[in-house]
Amino acid sequence: MSVNQVSVFLENKSGTLNRMTEVLAVNNINIRALSLADSSEFGIVRMIVNDVFDAVNVLKENNFVAILTPVLVYGIADEAGYLNNLLQNFTEADVNIEYMYAFAGKERAYMIFRVNDTKKAEAVLNGKGLKSLTQEEIAAV
Amino acid sequence: MGNYFQEEIECAPVEKIKALQDELLPKQVRYVWENVPYYRKKMEDKGVTPDDIKSADDLYKLPFLSKADLKEAYPYGLLAVPLKDCVRIHSTSGTTGKRVVAFYTKEDIDIWDDCTARAIVAAGGTKDDVCQVAYGYGLFTGGAGLDGGSHKVGCLTIPASSGNTERQIMFIMDLQATILCCTPSYAAYIAETLKEMGYKPEDIPLKAGIFGAEAWSEEMRRDIEKTLGIKAYDIYGLTEISGPGVAFECSEQRGMHINEDHFIAEIIDPDTGEVLPEGSQGELVFTSLDKKAFPLLRYRTRDICTLTREKCSCGRTHIRMAKPKGRSDDMLIIRGVNVFPSQIETVLMNNGYAANYQIIVGRVNNTDTFEVKVEMTPDMFTDNLGEVQARRKVLEDGLRAMLGIKAKVTLVAPKTIVRSEGKAVRVIDTRKI
Repeated sequence: MSVNQVSVFLENKSGTLNRMTEVLAVNNINIRALSLADSSEFGIVRMIVNDVFDAVNVLKENNFVAILTPVLVYGIADEAGYLNNLLQNFTEADVNIEYMYAFAGKERAYMIFRVNDTKKAEAVLNGKGLKSLTQEEIAAV
Repeated sequence: MGNYFQEEIECAPVEKIKALQDELLPKQVRYVWENVPYYRKKMEDKGVTPDDIKSADDLYKLPFLSKADLKEAYPYGLLAVPLKDCVRIHSTSGTTGKRVVAFYTKEDIDIWDDCTARAIVAAGGTKDDVCQVAYGYGLFTGGAGLDGGSHKVGCLTIPASSGNTERQIMFIMDLQATILCCTPSYAAYIAETLKEMGYKPEDIPLKAGIFGAEAWSEEMRRDIEKTLGIKAYDIYGLTEISGPGVAFECSEQRGMHINEDHFIAEIIDPDTGEVLPEGSQGELVFTSLDKKAFPLLRYRTRDICTLTREKCSCGRTHIRMAKPKGRSDDMLIIRGVNVFPSQIETVLMNNGYAANYQIIVGRVNNTDTFEVKVEMTPDMFTDNLGEVQARRKVLEDGLRAMLGIKAKVTLVAPKTIVRSEGKAVRVIDTRKI
């Protein structure tokens, strides 16, 4: 199952990221993973949060443009070589990665992927015995 | 075919209108000559006397009045009656220098109310309607003008004035307002707010809108019409001549009928002052035929547009003016090119953005900088950096195609561009020339 990532448009000026984290903080939303992509003029924040719908709602209420993007999350052992193995499967399955980021949990490491064709990638990788995490599983990590 | 407030004059044969103007203009010129020394001097300087004005065809002989004259004659220099005969003033929202103050007698207001009543009836208004006037009340002519017309038609009038959008929406929904009168930018804001609150066009009781006092594009009209589920009518006017209702749109929505029994319109070459033939684009000039307190002759509006006498299927015979491309003082000259904010609005709306933008013009090393700030919307946002850049580029290309010069488009967060609840602040020009 793919997971909904929250993607937020941010103007490229000081304080805007902090304004966003403040909105999430006062609404008690926990950010599990975050990555920031930027151009010279604007940025896009991509996040995995504990409550996706609350996050989008409170962001919209506070005049942020926030949308949901499906991403695939895989848990791997937090040891040398496991990411390499995972990516070999992607290569064999001809899955193109648009971007990825990661976070380390207590026992495992979690890799978040945005791919060109989420459904196809998920099916092919599932066939290789790789199960992507569900929204509930990621919240429980 | 449509409904008329004063059918006999609104649909009179063209010859009858001409005959009326031929009768009224010489009288009005003599009235001004005798009562407004400021204009009499201008006529004398030009070697014209009231005897030279025998019919409306002689109008071209008269000197022009401009905003500069109004500043010079401030406050009483163009007043034609004793103050005790005046019952009200209105004043323009003037951006620089002295404000313009216009005076009205009781009669002047009565005629003005007739004009706005014609506009309301042309938009389908009857005494069964609930007309919410969300133009500002006060010195601005918008509120008082439509209020007066609404009373004449017999609508239930909600004098909401501008601002306090939540309250506007409460009245629209609770009192089932059917006609909304305000500036187009405020109409767009109300529409956007209703949409955000989850109201669909079919839930909104409004059926018509009368929107004027600032330039707006056809795209903006379609957008407002769609969101509110209404037909949106343009209305034109200026404080110097009376206020909204000098011209108004009929159900055909193809230009605004000028109330020719009260005003004569001309199109002139703004550089030479020469009168241009029907259909030419130029500066719009108005002469009031029966104003008592503040009777301006050949007042240059600075609005750039065209006139047409082509037959209108609504039945009205009065000449129509095209939507002005913008006041010549709204026009920006950037890197030597004429730019109207309405052109930028057109590009934005064609590309799926709302008309929330701001133009920022500056000057660095003797070259003009030209930036357009556009608010990001959830529809236009994607998670992909390259895609957002590409969409930004599409806007830049569209602006270049429309204007012929390059603009830098900056995407900004929603609701960061200051919205006025009256007129929108569209341009920030920091050039010091």
